[in-house]
Amino acid sequence: MQEPITVDLKTTNRQLFDFVMRTPLWFFNASGALSLILAVGLGIVVGTLWVGLQIFGYSHPVYWAFLIVNFVFWIGISHAGVMISAILRLTQAEWRRPVTRAAEILTVFSLMTAMLHPVIHSGRAWRTLYWAFPYDFMRGMWPNPRSPLVWDPSAIFTYLTSTILFIYVALLPDLAMARDRAPDVVRRFAYSVLSMGFRGTTRQWRIQGVAGILLSALILPIFVSVHSIVSWDFAVTGVPGWHNTVFAPYFVIGAVHSGVSAVVTIMIILRYVFKLQNFITRDHIDALARLLIAVATTWFFFLMLDFMFGLYGTESVEVDTWQRRLFTGAWSTLAIIFILCAFVIPVPMWLFRRVRRSFFLMFLTTILVNIGMWIERFMLIVPGLERKSNLTFQYSTFTPTFWEIAIVLSMLALPAIGLLTFAKVFPIMPAADIREGQVVATTLRIGRANVPATMRE
Amino acid sequence: MAPKSEVLGIYETPDQAADAIARLRATGFDENDFEVLSSTPYPEGAFGEKHVKHRLFAFPFAGAACGLAVGVAWVIGAQVSLPIITGGKPVIAMPAIIQILYEGTMLGAVLFTILGVLFESRLPDGIGLYDNRIADGYIGVSVMAAERRFVEVQVALEQAKPVDIVAKQGSLLRPAPRSASS
Repeated sequence: MQEPITVDLKTTNRQLFDFVMRTPLWFFNASGALSLILAVGLGIVVGTLWVGLQIFGYSHPVYWAFLIVNFVFWIGISHAGVMISAILRLTQAEWRRPVTRAAEILTVFSLMTAMLHPVIHSGRAWRTLYWAFPYDFMRGMWPNPRSPLVWDPSAIFTYLTSTILFIYVALLPDLAMARDRAPDVVRRFAYSVLSMGFRGTTRQWRIQGVAGILLSALILPIFVSVHSIVSWDFAVTGVPGWHNTVFAPYFVIGAVHSGVSAVVTIMIILRYVFKLQNFITRDHIDALARLLIAVATTWFFFLMLDFMFGLYGTESVEVDTWQRRLFTGAWSTLAIIFILCAFVIPVPMWLFRRVRRSFFLMFLTTILVNIGMWIERFMLIVPGLERKSNLTFQYSTFTPTFWEIAIVLSMLALPAIGLLTFAKVFPIMPAADIREGQVVATTLRIGRANVPATMRE
Repeated sequence: MAPKSEVLGIYETPDQAADAIARLRATGFDENDFEVLSSTPYPEGAFGEKHVKHRLFAFPFAGAACGLAVGVAWVIGAQVSLPIITGGKPVIAMPAIIQILYEGTMLGAVLFTILGVLFESRLPDGIGLYDNRIADGYIGVSVMAAERRFVEVQVALEQAKPVDIVAKQGSLLRPAPRSASS
């Protein structure tokens, strides 16, 4: 996968900074529409704070539903971004260059979206602060670090901070370039401050290279820990269907599956919206699809492990949970949709080169994966809760209300508006990294074939 | 010591920039007097420059130690301040708090690495002499020299066939050919 970028450095700069320096009309329309959708969601959230959680479809003992599902889903989406970026940097994969920035930004905004959900879910948003931060000294209120509900914010805070700093360091050369190209004094000043005087000296480039590898190596264990800890929110309880040792790797690989799919979706959208046909090619989508085949198969293996160990323990509540998940009423329909969307339809399709190189089919299949993975989280969380109180026979089920569905849908606008705003202020592709790829690209003549190659130290 | 000023030679190819560096060395300038500016990283030694020494690898270890210390203080402090026994676990239960210590350690390592990146990159720094053509792929050779040595610098830079030589007062090579690439 070495398809070279065919434009020269000057054209690369112009195309990558075009949207940063110039504001087309559609930007206002798109951000206005997304803001409106988001405003509807935030309006419902404010309503929830006012009237309480009664507007949701909770009934004892099912108190974790759509908002927690959405939390796990967005945490999952956030995972692929930095994972792709870090792994591809560490392995010096040449095709990483146009992919990394958008993937990292997707991480930041999906993490922010995820963080909102437990806060809304608590019903009293302000109280969640003293679950996590030791600030209420006067009343002797201290967080309980033995609770997974404290592990979660510490992991997410670490991940978000690390990701933002990781992006910032990689962004320094592009900020310097934005400074040099800024059309007005205000922007020149802002980019000057942000770029901190970066000029591209030999020393600065050397440190950039080392920092990329070092931060990638540091951020990968954080990425693994975050979704492991999210899985322990469930696994450390005694709820049937949740109390499972395989949950941490199962959640991590599930997060990678949905996250890499989301990166593919976003790359295809960016390609068309920002006219990046020179930089995001069929080769990139093909490479990501190959990665997805491996990830999806591993995820399916863990799904089977979860299923097998659920049944082999012959614990009646556990077996009952699986039976309801797979064979009862609406759950069985959801189970079929989920497995079709997340594995059975996309993975065999990705085996065909023509599908992997089709933007349209990859867009459709990766959207399908994320629909499937959202349902997967719903099926992991709610059926177990329905039989949580098996000794008191307080059985119940969950039916979502209009408000919950509206919040879930409107939250799609938050990462979208975040990405759009970021792309307006900073280049959505790492210009310096792409230029480096152009500089080190070459062609080798082997026999009668011209082979694209890369020079490397 | 006489005050120094900056002169910037702009070159089209890495070979020309490397040639300029070699000529500057031959004229008596050392590594601290000149810098190569580029909009993209080139392989180390591409311009004949010396290996860049740094201590960036030490920063994450120092940060991890600090992060772990803060994590331990936070977790133990919170537990001792509100010593409620829950779930039969001891007040300071290592298996339950190890996650927070881990996150604290990693956060410390990342924060210190970022500080290390800024320190080792010598940032923040005031922007010196610069030319927008560098952003479009040209290579700059920036020389800090006392004004009495400007002629030597100019000769060394010119021998390497630059597209331009720029000083604070403007172009030294041709009358104002600077192009605003933006």
